[in-house]
Amino acid sequence: MKAIITVVGPDRVGIIAEVCTLLAAQKISVVEISQTIMEGTFTMIMLVEATPGAPEFSVLQSSLSDKSREMGVSIRIQREDIFNAMHTI
Amino acid sequence: MLNHHDIMSTIDMIDHQHLDIRTITMGISLLDCADPDPAVCARKIYDKICRRAEQLVPVGCAVERELGIPIVNKRISVTPIAIVAAACQTEDFVPFARAMDAAAEVCGVDFIGGFSALVQKGMSTGDRRLIAAIPEALSQTRVVCSSVNVASTRAGINMEAVRRMGQTIKKTAELTADRDGLGCAKLVVFCNAVEDNPFMAGAFYGVTEGDCSVSVGVSGPGVVCHALQAVRGRPFEEVAETIKKTAFRITRTGQLVAQEASRRLGVPFGVVDLSLAPTPAVGDSVARILEELGLEVCGTHGTTAALALLNDAVKKGGLMASSSVGGLSGAFIPVSEDEGMIAAARSGVLTIDKLEAMTCVCSVGLDMIAVPGDTPAETISAIIADEAAVGMVNSKTTAVRLIPAPGKRVGDSVEFGGLLGSAPIMPVHPESSAGFIARGGRIPAPMQSLKN
Repeated sequence: MKAIITVVGPDRVGIIAEVCTLLAAQKISVVEISQTIMEGTFTMIMLVEATPGAPEFSVLQSSLSDKSREMGVSIRIQREDIFNAMHTI
Repeated sequence: MLNHHDIMSTIDMIDHQHLDIRTITMGISLLDCADPDPAVCARKIYDKICRRAEQLVPVGCAVERELGIPIVNKRISVTPIAIVAAACQTEDFVPFARAMDAAAEVCGVDFIGGFSALVQKGMSTGDRRLIAAIPEALSQTRVVCSSVNVASTRAGINMEAVRRMGQTIKKTAELTADRDGLGCAKLVVFCNAVEDNPFMAGAFYGVTEGDCSVSVGVSGPGVVCHALQAVRGRPFEEVAETIKKTAFRITRTGQLVAQEASRRLGVPFGVVDLSLAPTPAVGDSVARILEELGLEVCGTHGTTAALALLNDAVKKGGLMASSSVGGLSGAFIPVSEDEGMIAAARSGVLTIDKLEAMTCVCSVGLDMIAVPGDTPAETISAIIADEAAVGMVNSKTTAVRLIPAPGKRVGDSVEFGGLLGSAPIMPVHPESSAGFIARGGRIPAPMQSLKN
């Protein structure tokens, strides 16, 4: 299953590193990353995929949510399907 | 391939434009619950609902979490109870409503619909008993919704049923007077009711449906309104195109949710209902869409034309996005549930007469309108008859959900809370319709040719 992770918040050093470290520990592979900074706001979109041994979606979602609070940025994970449904025919 | 703009626009719709799925509704046939013993029938109803809908809320919550889109309500619709309980040897149908309520409580759903009767042509004993039980049933239960179909294009208008429903609405208001007549917010009188509607309070599960299915009702007035800001002052072709594209996106999300829920629950997918359903929240209003099109206040001249365009474009955009479209499918104009409608009604620009005209071109009818508590039952019946005539002649669904708020007058308002919102008391014509309603009988079905 593929999912989209979006990270939005004030820019600082190490955001990508911290999120990717968490994902690696959870056996989540990063397929693609797109990242911009607009007027000091960091926005990152990642396409990720679960590999064997990865936790359930809800477990991953709650560890990302803990991380989000710890880092002071918004992190959300949604299945890729909703974006495909809405923007492709 | 990631498209930054597409992904962030979806997130913006959910976070800032109130994009949500209004409801996942599981339809359950209760035809196999009939029994001459009312206690056995009520137990079968309870058991079947609990068994079928046990996983509905957990599955709904899981889909909501994984797709990251709110699913506001999880609901159940059942076979009209007048049919299910017709064989029961009892005058009292209230226990069946209590069985529905108890099952809904166990399943954790927000509403359960189907305390209903279809009497457009005539009333059977079961139909009479059900209608007689409505006021008690709605005052004694928490989440049960009731509907009665009193007219259709093929059968005409059953004026005896219309007369009874005026009285039933008054009695329901009296029995729930401590809550501003809240019972009436759960009671709909239909013309041309549809059998696969997932929206409350009018949902029931038609007898031609299968044993169980799951349908989705979408929402999204806020998203449409936001999209229209980009075409301010532009010609109507551009407006229609913008609405169609937005409706397509909203409906695709509904289709995805319906498919996921259907797969996980192991029941067939029913329909996606392409409705623009507002909420009382600021930024989630159908009235504000009409105002965005260039009207100073919803209800002024031009409102009916604006609504006709909106309703048509929503359907055209949504149709291609779903494999099965049904239900009511159109823009809703419930007064108390729409922040812009509430404001327009308070200002006096939006009147019941204008709302009646608007219902000629949209889904569904005179919805969630609070009227003075001393409105005579005959006047309510006459309003129902007018609205049924609109539906009957135009071959469309129309409905009436009026709340004659006990003790309230024009200038007061009622508060229902949550999605039901609040409403100013709107004036009705004081001149009597009693002689018209006293006649009874049936208004014949209309011509289907020589359309003028």
